[in-house]
Amino acid sequence: MPSSSGPMAPLVLSAYTLVTANGRGTGAVLEAILARRSALKLCDFEDVALKTYIGRVAGLEDFSLDHDLQPFDCRNNRLAWLGLQQDGFTVAVAEAKQRYGAHRIAVVMGTSTSGILETEHAYRARDPRTGALPARYVSRYRYTHNMFSVGYFVRTCLGLEGPAMVISTACSSSAKVFATAARLMQAGLCDAAVVGGVDSLCHTTLYGFSALQLLSSDPCRPCDEDRDGLSLGEAAGYVLLERVERASGRGAVALLGYGESTDGYHMSHPHPEGAGAVRAIRDSLARAGIRPEAVEYVNLHGTATKANDAVEDKAVYSVFGARPACSSTKGWTGHTLGAAGITEAIISALCLTKGLIPGTLNCQRVDPALQCRIVRDHQFGALSCVVSNIFGFGGNNCSLVLGKL
Amino acid sequence: MDVAVGGIGLLAPGLSGWKESRPVLAGDRPYQPSVVLSPEASILPPNERRRSSDSVRWAVQVAQEAIEQSGVDPRNVSTVFASSGGEMSVFDQLCRVLATEERLVSPTLFHQSVHNAAAGYWGIATRSEQSSTALSCYDDSFAAGLVEAAAMVEAERCVVLLVAYDMAVPAPLNEARPITEGFAAAFVLAPPAHDSTVILRLRLEQARVGESARLPDVALERLRLNNPAARSLPLLCAIAAGVRRTVVLDWLEDQRLALTVEPCRF
Repeated sequence: MPSSSGPMAPLVLSAYTLVTANGRGTGAVLEAILARRSALKLCDFEDVALKTYIGRVAGLEDFSLDHDLQPFDCRNNRLAWLGLQQDGFTVAVAEAKQRYGAHRIAVVMGTSTSGILETEHAYRARDPRTGALPARYVSRYRYTHNMFSVGYFVRTCLGLEGPAMVISTACSSSAKVFATAARLMQAGLCDAAVVGGVDSLCHTTLYGFSALQLLSSDPCRPCDEDRDGLSLGEAAGYVLLERVERASGRGAVALLGYGESTDGYHMSHPHPEGAGAVRAIRDSLARAGIRPEAVEYVNLHGTATKANDAVEDKAVYSVFGARPACSSTKGWTGHTLGAAGITEAIISALCLTKGLIPGTLNCQRVDPALQCRIVRDHQFGALSCVVSNIFGFGGNNCSLVLGKL
Repeated sequence: MDVAVGGIGLLAPGLSGWKESRPVLAGDRPYQPSVVLSPEASILPPNERRRSSDSVRWAVQVAQEAIEQSGVDPRNVSTVFASSGGEMSVFDQLCRVLATEERLVSPTLFHQSVHNAAAGYWGIATRSEQSSTALSCYDDSFAAGLVEAAAMVEAERCVVLLVAYDMAVPAPLNEARPITEGFAAAFVLAPPAHDSTVILRLRLEQARVGESARLPDVALERLRLNNPAARSLPLLCAIAAGVRRTVVLDWLEDQRLALTVEPCRF
């Protein structure tokens, strides 16, 4: 249980935007979900020779950041930039700046690998005689690979001057940004916050997850009895968070609660009983001030690895039983790692707005060992409260409660 | 925001342990940099210690020191790990492997590469299920970590362990990030109570209001500028001196964090 007393004040998602392999902007993402159109394709990323499917965002190779943003130019920040251009997000932030002042808006971003692709490239281009890295890489490390890069980039693009940091806790990174922003607002250090997550494809994660034998050679099949691993993806998403009483009124969806925990068990295997996951979910409900019965839909972490889906099922079942509908949306996007939290928070917000409980794409037959009510097909109807789960490496867990105001 | 400081851990060249280093930081003894031996980090289970990187062992060592001093059960403590670059030596090894034809990345090397590696190993060692955050803010990672930790204490009324650490960066990555000395510091922060010994008052200021903290000792000042985690030195010196003092830390181009140290009399 959170040691603080009583539920938190809800925070309105007054603007949000998302770019995944499914398309640019929330409209394209929602349309792909409704059409059950997966973005996963056989890996064609650079010269990677792995038989795996990826959710690659098209077009990142075809432009570069120029003018003042040139030092930031790398795949991760191009994706970050593309995300900022959608859904009128920069306009909403500019309006918020008018209301609060640039110094009263925080930027809290999440990523797992930042611009490590630049370092990977630089190591291949070392001077054969001296071993030195290319000068162009050396002068741009701060703006590309360093973990703060995307935070610095977003703050620069949006002209914000408030507190800023990048959270990097592997897969849970951009779920935890909501918790950090909520605390900064509660502590009076800012009046609003831009939270987000950007993570892009790189050799480190493709070969790393391959080494862990966690990549499927087919498009990932969350909750399927024959699931055999995850598919990697990339995404950029942002949310403008404001207090209810000061929001512009456009946002119908709010962050009601968050819960964070660790497994304290293993770096890359989940706790067998999902103890940490249960704790994160229960804490998120306590902060939201709601009982499990109020939750109608759980957006699962649902990576489609054998272990994750089984353990998550135990955890979710132990809190909710088999009542709420559960599904994983990773069949559309792939696992976007440090961007998974923001991706699924925004998908959850879209679902709340549209009254949609999305099915589980690529799940042919639900694993009979799973006890939760896993839905394969879309369901439509009034929806008021959703829990989104994200669990990651280092046993780092985060659950968010989102609801209609 | 007011938080109580309940325990401190420290590891850096010539600064091995908080109690041992306190006279140096207070200015009562000269600072003499010396090579740091690989820390024991005895709380890590033997298997984990063998697999862990240097930066994990440094971070865990100071975390352990601070927690033991504070007397709190680490299973009840949330954590914030702040580091500019995280696992730079692991990135070096990974990128060397990825530059070869075979690209045979080891699973261990991959899971060691995450920014929350130290946080994860600490959680495993203590079997803690509390919240754990790992963050970066380039050169201002300590200030960002301190704000995150203090906001957690304030908003959630819990005890928080803050660990700031960055290691010397190996060649050739050190061309891009010339950090030559390791530095790790840890603070146990809690809501102020009647028996608190040190209270820290945090105030966020806009723009270049005050003079940023500099250290009178030339070698300590060099260390402060060399390693982002060593930006904690002015705060450590103020606490070591045991008198009321305000130090100001840079945070990005347009914010400053003013920290007033209030030693409590009781």
